[in-house]
Amino acid sequence: MLEYILAKYNFWIYVVLMMIGLYAMMGKRNLVKKLIGMNIFQTSIILFFVSIGVKKGGATVPIIMGDGHGHGQHLIQAADYLNPLPHVLMLTAIVVSIATTGVALATLILIYKRYHTLEEDEIMAIRKEASSYKTLG
Amino acid sequence: MSEQFPALIIVVPLLGAFLTPIIGWRYRQLCRPWALMILAIPLCASCETLLEVVRTGPFSYNLGGWAPPWGIEYRVDYLSGLMLVLIAAIGLLAAFNAKPGITMDIRGKESQFYTLLLLQITGLLGIVITGDLFNVFVFLEISSLSGYGLIAHGEDGAPMATFNYIIIGTIGASFYLLGVGYLYMATGSLNIADLAAILPNLYHSKVILVGFAFFTTGVAIKMGLFPLHVWMPDAYTTAPGPVSTLIAPLMTKVAAYILIRIMFTLFQPEFSISVVPVATILGWMAVVAIIIGGIKALAQTDIKRMVTYIMIAEVGYIVMGISVMNRPGLTGAILHIVNDACMIFCLFLVIGAISYKGHGREIYHFQHLNKKMPFTMAAFVIVALSMCGIPPACGFFSKWYLIMGTIMAKQWIFSITLLGSSLVNGVLFFRIIEKAYLAPPEDGAHDHDPEEEDIVRDEAPASMLIPILITAAIIIILGPLSGKIIAAVIQHAVPAAF
Repeated sequence: MLEYILAKYNFWIYVVLMMIGLYAMMGKRNLVKKLIGMNIFQTSIILFFVSIGVKKGGATVPIIMGDGHGHGQHLIQAADYLNPLPHVLMLTAIVVSIATTGVALATLILIYKRYHTLEEDEIMAIRKEASSYKTLG
Repeated sequence: MSEQFPALIIVVPLLGAFLTPIIGWRYRQLCRPWALMILAIPLCASCETLLEVVRTGPFSYNLGGWAPPWGIEYRVDYLSGLMLVLIAAIGLLAAFNAKPGITMDIRGKESQFYTLLLLQITGLLGIVITGDLFNVFVFLEISSLSGYGLIAHGEDGAPMATFNYIIIGTIGASFYLLGVGYLYMATGSLNIADLAAILPNLYHSKVILVGFAFFTTGVAIKMGLFPLHVWMPDAYTTAPGPVSTLIAPLMTKVAAYILIRIMFTLFQPEFSISVVPVATILGWMAVVAIIIGGIKALAQTDIKRMVTYIMIAEVGYIVMGISVMNRPGLTGAILHIVNDACMIFCLFLVIGAISYKGHGREIYHFQHLNKKMPFTMAAFVIVALSMCGIPPACGFFSKWYLIMGTIMAKQWIFSITLLGSSLVNGVLFFRIIEKAYLAPPEDGAHDHDPEEEDIVRDEAPASMLIPILITAAIIIILGPLSGKIIAAVIQHAVPAAF
């Protein structure tokens, strides 16, 4: 059992991180904690992608050494290098995740300006009160 | 020139979006003509591309000249050509309609609004045109992020609704991204056509199954399929008028497009039938979505919120058409994507015009509205008839195909749900029409309001009325034309296996 877990430890790490993130998003009542949960969630996926580019057996970063005049090594073994494509995809995903965090933080500022709190329960209470005033006239 | 159209469709609104704040910085009133001009280009280009597809068949465009499995490929086929025209047309009309709504809801933020609008349209067009799985994710997030920004400007509950939408929408997009990762792990490719060739040998691999599950869940969240719809009513109800007009008809339909792509282009139809029972599960989820959407819509008195619940039911229609897995069903689903986008768009346009004129959104505010806003209410009646499935309007034809599909699949409960839902739509809309047209004149001595005595005509401004009338006309014209659209476009979009 332990070997089974250790053999695929990168997947276990990503699943555990993802569940922590999901729990924070669903279970926490503070909006900033929800946002942090969202970040953990996104990071877990980034780690997952990065880990699937790794190869066993001494593969290294994909920098092809040449003589500086466009004449590189003639025989390039793909097995010698890590797969760079998932990493490149994650550069885009990181940008997306930062943009999402930025928009979410801006929204939190809007919420704070309006309700002066970031606790979901308190906001709900304030909104309920406001709507009951509205219906009473 | 015309072979560059697929790239221009994306590049023009994207660059236009970046230039909008610069223009709006000094000359705020120039933003609107600028955005209209920018949006007219993708509309012309996508019409031309659709005609090209109809003439000569699907074609692809290699971005930057890189060949498909490595480079990003833009692929225009019958389905994506149709969606491109739909998105570009609705985008242009929504931008045209936005001016009075902006002055009412988000005054002074013209440049921000038009920037995000152009980004939103870029994202939606990009999802439809690209032939690369990861590129779909990027465009999905472009459109979602601009959508969050737009919705947050709305009325009282909007920031809270936006935050919930961000959290749930990010989960959806992340699930989609995980699906991409699992497929990449098993195949080493991201190109949809390439994957479609590799995948059939791997259908029983667990990695592929998990990837497919993540795809479906992620897209269902973006689509607002019941029980993943919780973000939708709040977000679309509280958004500013012009914003919900833009986002509501398009976002769910484009997500439905991704689902069709994944189930029928990326995977072969028999995978979704025999390997995993996803079609059956989706079908029953659609039944529940239609029933719950109808019941919830009946419970609403705010018409904007009512329409969002109708949208949940309409998403159920489309998913049901996909899930029955036969030719009439899928034809109906694709036709309903087009028709429903037009109908929901027209409904939100009407709601925007009514609230701009200072009338409330509650049903009792509709009293005598036919005398105050005759053209707007006429368009409303046309949409209502179309929603209930009265023949000359387009809603009848897509529902006809959907019901044919469920009968062919011998799913009688699905057929009954569709028919019952039409009746529910009838009740929903006729209670409003009755209030507007058939309410008795108030002749009692009490409640005597001098304003009510002779009701002055007070129609919406031309920039709102023109899109409303165009859309209403389209709804009527699409009906008789639907046979032609199916013959020219949709029948080729349905996979040959059916």
